[in-house]
Amino acid sequence: MKFWPFIAALVAIYLAAAPSTVAAQDSLPPAPYAYNQLDDPQQEAAAQALMETLRCLKCQSQSIADSDAPMAGDMRHQVRTRIAMGEDPEDIRAWLIERYGDYVSYAPTVSETTWPLFAIPLLLILVAAIVLWRRFRRRA
Amino acid sequence: MKRWTLWVPLALFVSFCALAAYQLTRPKTEFVASTMIGKPLPEFALRAAVADRPALSSADFRDGKPRLFNIFASWCIPCAAEAPQLEALRRRGADIVSVAIRDHPEDVAYFLARYGNPYSKIGADDLSEVQLGIGSSGVPETFVIDGKGVIRYQHIGDIRASDVPVLLEKLEEARR
Amino acid sequence: MIAELGLAALWLAAALAALQLVAGAFAQRDGAAELAALARPAAIIQGLLAAFSFLMLLILFARTDLSVKLVAMNSHSAKPMIFKLSGAFGNHEGSMLLWITVMALAGALIAAVERRLPERTMMATLGAQAFVGLGFYAFLLFSSNPFERLPEPALEGMGLNPLLQDIGLVFHPPTLYVGYVGLSVAFSFAVGALLTRQVTPDFARAMRPWVLGAWIFLTLGITAGSYWAYYELGWGGWWFWDPVENASLMPWLAATALLHSASVLAARDALRAWTIMLGVVAFSMSMVGTFLVRSGILTSVHAFAVDPERGTFILILLSIYIGGALLLFGLRAGTVAEGERFSVTSREAALVFNNVMLSAILGIVLLGTLYPLVTEAFDVRVSVGPPYFNPVGAIFVVPMLIVMAVGPLLRWRQDSVARIRLPMVIAATATLAVLFLVMLTSDIGILPLLGLSLSFGLAIASFMPLRGRKLRMLPLATWGMVMAHFGIAVSLFGMACESAFSEETLAAVEIGDSAEVGPWSVALSEVRPTAGPNWTALEGRLMVSYDGGKPREIDPQSRNFWAPPQETTESALVTRWNGQLYAVIGREAGDGRWQLRLWWKPFVTLIWYGGVLIALGGVLALIGRLLNDLKRRSVKSRGAARREAQA
Repeated sequence: MKFWPFIAALVAIYLAAAPSTVAAQDSLPPAPYAYNQLDDPQQEAAAQALMETLRCLKCQSQSIADSDAPMAGDMRHQVRTRIAMGEDPEDIRAWLIERYGDYVSYAPTVSETTWPLFAIPLLLILVAAIVLWRRFRRRA
Repeated sequence: MKRWTLWVPLALFVSFCALAAYQLTRPKTEFVASTMIGKPLPEFALRAAVADRPALSSADFRDGKPRLFNIFASWCIPCAAEAPQLEALRRRGADIVSVAIRDHPEDVAYFLARYGNPYSKIGADDLSEVQLGIGSSGVPETFVIDGKGVIRYQHIGDIRASDVPVLLEKLEEARR
Repeated sequence: MIAELGLAALWLAAALAALQLVAGAFAQRDGAAELAALARPAAIIQGLLAAFSFLMLLILFARTDLSVKLVAMNSHSAKPMIFKLSGAFGNHEGSMLLWITVMALAGALIAAVERRLPERTMMATLGAQAFVGLGFYAFLLFSSNPFERLPEPALEGMGLNPLLQDIGLVFHPPTLYVGYVGLSVAFSFAVGALLTRQVTPDFARAMRPWVLGAWIFLTLGITAGSYWAYYELGWGGWWFWDPVENASLMPWLAATALLHSASVLAARDALRAWTIMLGVVAFSMSMVGTFLVRSGILTSVHAFAVDPERGTFILILLSIYIGGALLLFGLRAGTVAEGERFSVTSREAALVFNNVMLSAILGIVLLGTLYPLVTEAFDVRVSVGPPYFNPVGAIFVVPMLIVMAVGPLLRWRQDSVARIRLPMVIAATATLAVLFLVMLTSDIGILPLLGLSLSFGLAIASFMPLRGRKLRMLPLATWGMVMAHFGIAVSLFGMACESAFSEETLAAVEIGDSAEVGPWSVALSEVRPTAGPNWTALEGRLMVSYDGGKPREIDPQSRNFWAPPQETTESALVTRWNGQLYAVIGREAGDGRWQLRLWWKPFVTLIWYGGVLIALGGVLALIGRLLNDLKRRSVKSRGAARREAQA
């Protein structure tokens, strides 16, 4: 559960009768690098930056960097160990996207399915420029 | 302002309504499907999760025999619910191997003793490495793997009685 | 009995809304004066009845009357009283009742105090308010009755989500709701003005305090919500670009644009159609946001089952109200003349620029929020998050901030750049100086860098309008503007610092051991069990000291609620003038060590202080406007009295 939860949560509560997926928790301690940082501060910063842009698959719109779900912990472990082995953050993202699709990454890239996300802002810039230009040209 | 521009907001709103209405009529997809279908299993070698079943590694899948690959955990309630269906699949000739996610050996043993043990091999996936590697996002999930170790089909959630023939058919397809 | 009273009041209120609609509609014709005279009293009584109904719901929750379904589903006898009360609107039905109550009270308030609008526009406005209200009454009465009884009283309630059992959430939802629904007034005004084609500076002056009021509450609501998420969710994040957050940000952006365009209309009789449009859009965004969240089509968490019937109902209401208003806009706006002209270097021009940028930002937020829905229609799932919103939004935010620094210095209609050269140079120098200083001394991202330097320039520029003015003579509204703009700079500074200079330490610590984060040293001295009225917890005792100073104790908890069962982390915060220490205690690591999550967040509190300043600026402006109106009204009535005496 994430933010303004209020409204979101109140839907959840209302539907308290609906089956909940939070039913059971495992008892295994968290993965070594789920809650521990890498020793090299630069690597840790790179890992942190990447984790903030990866989606927790078990949560409602939360990144793995701010979730207590065990699977998010295992994903953090995965990210940190790979970074520690010298892997490039974007390669790790690509590895996850290969497995889960674009859904797992909060950072959309220009692709067949996401180009409007980038084309529309460009269009907005154009429209804004035209609106302002016409308004002021006429008036000046 | 040109006249037609006054209609732009309405046009945008109508398309929003159309989209929202369409989405309301569709069941919400709650699951994140694996995009590994058609790709080979990643390399892994896990320790055994319980004493009386051998461990599991990716090499075990390349013996030319298709099989079901079940992702489960003793702490997962739907996993217990699907146990009879897995047993039915085993009786109808399916070879079922599995990994137990984030689990203690004694808990797995207790779970298997209580709900039955349809598995021929069980690996312990303590760090969800295999789970992440095959694009599974929860427990339970069941994959169909062909004899070359290629992922052919993913079933998300617990197996209901009606899913049993589907899985058997997918297993048969993987044989070809 | 109480539930039945509440339900009866609700039905009566709905009936009065119908009467108000009819009266408002007939007032548009001549010769229906008697019927038209009913509109105002109907609006006032409707407001009182809705408020009464809501009061009945509060009483039911206070008493934990388990024969009422809503109470049984959402409350629990062991809950503290304050959370019993907040539980009344911590659910779908109760919050819709709060929604309609706010809406009816706003309508009653217009009917009681608004005297500036021409009578026909006023009647059309009340009619529109009643028309919108009726839909929500129908929604409440036919598909979300909060007063429904159970056939058998429940033995115990099911409880309230523990995350919501927090003092911040007692005040946050009503505040936000007043903001959301307060915008319905602007909507009704816009529709009323379109119906009668009377879009005048007087109309803008009449609408402005209402928008200002709603905007103040929205600002406070968003600020409070952000702070709540920050300390309650336990990961130190304060904004996630989550759909639910975006749903609250979008009406705020539209209302901010509306406030500024209404100023242009009031002062210079320009931007008529645009202001009307924003009046419609602002409340539309409130409704769209509510729909997105309530229908469940955007939230992806598994436990949020969708209620398609409810979603359909809201969607139909949306298409009637928003679609209808936009249709009316398309038909009528062309006949609303454009208004006065102005030059590129003028206050109006800066405000137009700011409006275009705010609208573009609104467009980006809307796009990023809805886009996953679009692809889902093609069975592709994508996620849009901070890595998209931050840079793409910045394309429009940065130019807006620059113009925001300059705009208030310009005069209306026509001005020259030469006149404001000195303050512009000062602000620009400050911005560039900070920019280079930070670039030389530290290695931070481009967005925090821009934010940091612009915050300095903007902070200085925001006080420039006071230059050369007699401060005692300055209207309150100008003080309000200065304060709100300064608040933006303060908030921006906090955001930039938080994102650039935060330090994080995750550590597994044995009792007696310590960890460092930034200038802080944190020692774990004890972990002990503790209990509250409906929870148990493990509480860590941490001795923290800043830069080797005197240690003090903080006690973060990991709480287990039992109704409903859920684990929450209660962070412990230490606030200093220059930032906050944020500490969370997690699970036992398995070897006798405890997981600590520690953050040092320099100047993070400025984010919310800035928000409060923005809202206070709004309050000053509102008081200024209201005082002005009172003065004008008393002058008018004195003039009228004098004329009468002469006659």
